[in-house]
Amino acid sequence: MSTLISLARAVAVERELAQPIRTVRHVHLADRPLVFIPLAMAGEANAPLAAMLGDDPASARLLTVAEPRDRDQRFAFAAELAGIVLGYIENSHAPQLIVPNPAGVTFTRLLGRSTRFRRTSGEWAVPAGVPLLGRWLTFFSERYEHPASSLMVAMTGALTEHWATGQSPVEDLSLGAVLGWVDPPSGMSGAQAAAAAEDPVVCPPAGPATDPTFDNEVLEPRMLAIRTAGLTGDGRAYDRARQAFDEALATQLTPVWAMMWRAVDLLRRVPEAGHVRQRWTDDLDAVAWHAGHIGEGGPPQARRDGAVAAARRLANMERIQEMVAVQRAFDDPLVMAEYRMTGAAFAGEVVHAEPDRVDGSGRRRVLRPRVTLVTSDDVSEQISASELTSPARPSQKARVVSLTAAGDQCRVTVELKGGMGRSLTPVPGSVPAVGERVCYAMVSDSYQNPPALPAPEDTPWTHGGPPPQYTPADDEAREDWS
Amino acid sequence: MTSTAELAEDATRQILTSLGAAERGVVVDSPPGAGKSTLVVRAAAGLAESGEPVMVIAQTNEQVDDLTDRLASAHPDLAVGRLAAGGYLPAPRLAGHEKVTVATKAADLEQCAVVLGTAHKWATVSGDLRWPWAIVDEAYQMRSDLLLRVAERFDRALFVGDPGQLDPFSTVDTDRWAGLTWDPMQSAVAVLLRHNPDIAVRTLPVSWRLPASAAPAVSEAFYPFTGFTAATGAGDRRLELLARPLGRNGLDQAVDMAAGAGWALCELPARHTVRTDREAVLACAALAERFLQRGAMSYSEQAVAGVPVTASRIAVGTAHRDQAQAVRQVLAGSGLREVVVDTANRLQGREFDIMVMLHPLSGRRDATAFHLEAGRLCVLASRHRHACVVVARAGIPELLDAHPSTEPVYLNQPVRFPDGWEANQSFLAHLSQFTVRLP
Repeated sequence: MSTLISLARAVAVERELAQPIRTVRHVHLADRPLVFIPLAMAGEANAPLAAMLGDDPASARLLTVAEPRDRDQRFAFAAELAGIVLGYIENSHAPQLIVPNPAGVTFTRLLGRSTRFRRTSGEWAVPAGVPLLGRWLTFFSERYEHPASSLMVAMTGALTEHWATGQSPVEDLSLGAVLGWVDPPSGMSGAQAAAAAEDPVVCPPAGPATDPTFDNEVLEPRMLAIRTAGLTGDGRAYDRARQAFDEALATQLTPVWAMMWRAVDLLRRVPEAGHVRQRWTDDLDAVAWHAGHIGEGGPPQARRDGAVAAARRLANMERIQEMVAVQRAFDDPLVMAEYRMTGAAFAGEVVHAEPDRVDGSGRRRVLRPRVTLVTSDDVSEQISASELTSPARPSQKARVVSLTAAGDQCRVTVELKGGMGRSLTPVPGSVPAVGERVCYAMVSDSYQNPPALPAPEDTPWTHGGPPPQYTPADDEAREDWS
Repeated sequence: MTSTAELAEDATRQILTSLGAAERGVVVDSPPGAGKSTLVVRAAAGLAESGEPVMVIAQTNEQVDDLTDRLASAHPDLAVGRLAAGGYLPAPRLAGHEKVTVATKAADLEQCAVVLGTAHKWATVSGDLRWPWAIVDEAYQMRSDLLLRVAERFDRALFVGDPGQLDPFSTVDTDRWAGLTWDPMQSAVAVLLRHNPDIAVRTLPVSWRLPASAAPAVSEAFYPFTGFTAATGAGDRRLELLARPLGRNGLDQAVDMAAGAGWALCELPARHTVRTDREAVLACAALAERFLQRGAMSYSEQAVAGVPVTASRIAVGTAHRDQAQAVRQVLAGSGLREVVVDTANRLQGREFDIMVMLHPLSGRRDATAFHLEAGRLCVLASRHRHACVVVARAGIPELLDAHPSTEPVYLNQPVRFPDGWEANQSFLAHLSQFTVRLP
């Protein structure tokens, strides 16, 4: 946590209201995102109990499983879910999945893993659509790990990325509490709203785990009633019990549904950052690629990466993470402020400019304007030895040529290179003018090539040698522990 | 001293002989300052002289230059190649060696008996160039995915490194690979041993760097199963302060304590602070300055008559970069730009006379895996030849008790010993004898 965010959290505590820590929104919001709130059954690993989902705040779809321990009912749930999710992906040109919290992402990932290898024929056949659902859920949850992607969003994460609350990071995992801090109902402070959200009757948990008292006192008797009605064969009693069960789950999910859309609105009010559009285009390319891969009959995502695939994925994610960090700093002065505080950037006002300065010492005369700025940031030695970039002119490189301290302030002269056109006179506006506020940072968003890796069939002896060809086996869905 | 020197020489000789019989390679675990580079140089020269070309893989340009210089100095007749990236300017110390060739393409160094380069540079070599032997230096700092990119270049390899140092790290979430034998986040040695369990692991038993006051404590806290001893005896290293302090403030007491005992724990009052805790930062900088002001002289087996400890022989180590930057700024204000200030990651493999460290858990409210990591503490506590001063807020033992390790356990993931929690407790228990409280 940077000092700036620590400060924002302290201020949030003092003012009893979450503090904005970003000036722009760094996550894309699709026009019609699919809000997906899964609930799991306590005590049974990743057994779906219910889900509320939909892309329209006015019409939520509720799916429930009366007996989550029954595998057939689980896959019937998956089939129903597939109908909605696959239909949404097909009809939406820009699909986006929003879950309440990171645990919701984990649930989605595991649901994808337990369904994508299922067979639709032969022994243990599942309804059509289930394996396809698994592949898409896996795709979305893998994109969640991708630092540049907005295809899958955990709402608590998106909110706390843009607001600092006055509570701990663990409490920040609770959607109700975060929303209380950020957007308290009128007449209440953020801290009071967050405290009120601790009452599971007022504000049911946003899943996948349910409230234990609800489980014991509400859910259990209704599940029992369904089971009893099923055993006695009383159809009307069964329907009544089933309806009571669904209603009980709706009381848990409806408040969360409302909170999710309130949060979507809150985020929409923050203007989108400059680089988000480009990253979203890459996301949509990934969707198209995945759809094409399925269309061509490609296999489902392997359960685990091979040695080469793992190295490639890691290298990719690290490269993109670095790129996104720079883009955020360039898009948002508050992110850049964190760089300035650690001495990786400085900002100040231009007090002198020589836009037409030409360096004739080399073989060729080149345009090398110099500008002097006054800053009250600490200009570290490290920064004066590095190549610098300014968010306002990313294609231009700057280098510190002189540095003089004057009291609390510092006069820095930088020499500029590139991004000024081809002639010996700079294109108007390409050199900062006197009076302009500029920022120079030790980062650059230039493209890096992905590393060269051996082909999977050339995996060296240090990493176990070449792996066997990946073809999903008939029992690929079997886990080591199942 | 003779006996420890013999012990070390025996171990080295055994390792060098074992190379000939190794089918795939040998791993050598080396505690801090145990003559790793000497071993690398001897092994490279030995293999080259027996007619087998060697590629040497180190992790940073600094390390490669250092090894090249040592190799060329010890074996002036050996044809040595320095593989470097495009913008590389040959280090001045390489200029005097006639048989050292610097090139950016491995193909231009084919006549060299030994070719040295960084792992990242080796990873860019293309074509079917291959060496019968590779020597991988600082192999515990090298990530498995980097080894994957260079492994096709060699048939057999000697891996040398310090298992107590920091594990490789990544800025992205890597849990998805936890437990896989080829987890790209492991060290090069870990991935190698998991796929080739028959490879022999040998240890160097003697630390030349750590003084007799430090070796037992570091060995017990961070190397509980292999252990090592100091090459020098209790009387061989001495730190003397020429100037006596005017008053007797806490800083001077800590400096005196460190000079006498080799350790000092400079304890600030308990408080939860931001990462760049101003008081702790000032204390770190002031301690470094105090050693210089008081004219510290070091007496050792290398300088029996004593030499003054200069600013560049003092280092301040921190966990985070912003902390290092804060200390650097304070020191720059006093004109002490020569004092080395850096994070544990960047101090790995380096050696100083005096080390001042800001304890990773100082002032924290929680003990995360990052701050508990045994390797981080080990790096900071094992850089010094004479003395180490630890700056910390009071209350770390209570913090540790409140935060036992809660990291998830993954199937098939080898358990690492010692865990950070245990290492921290053991190290703090040792330090507590040398506590100096600051107001």
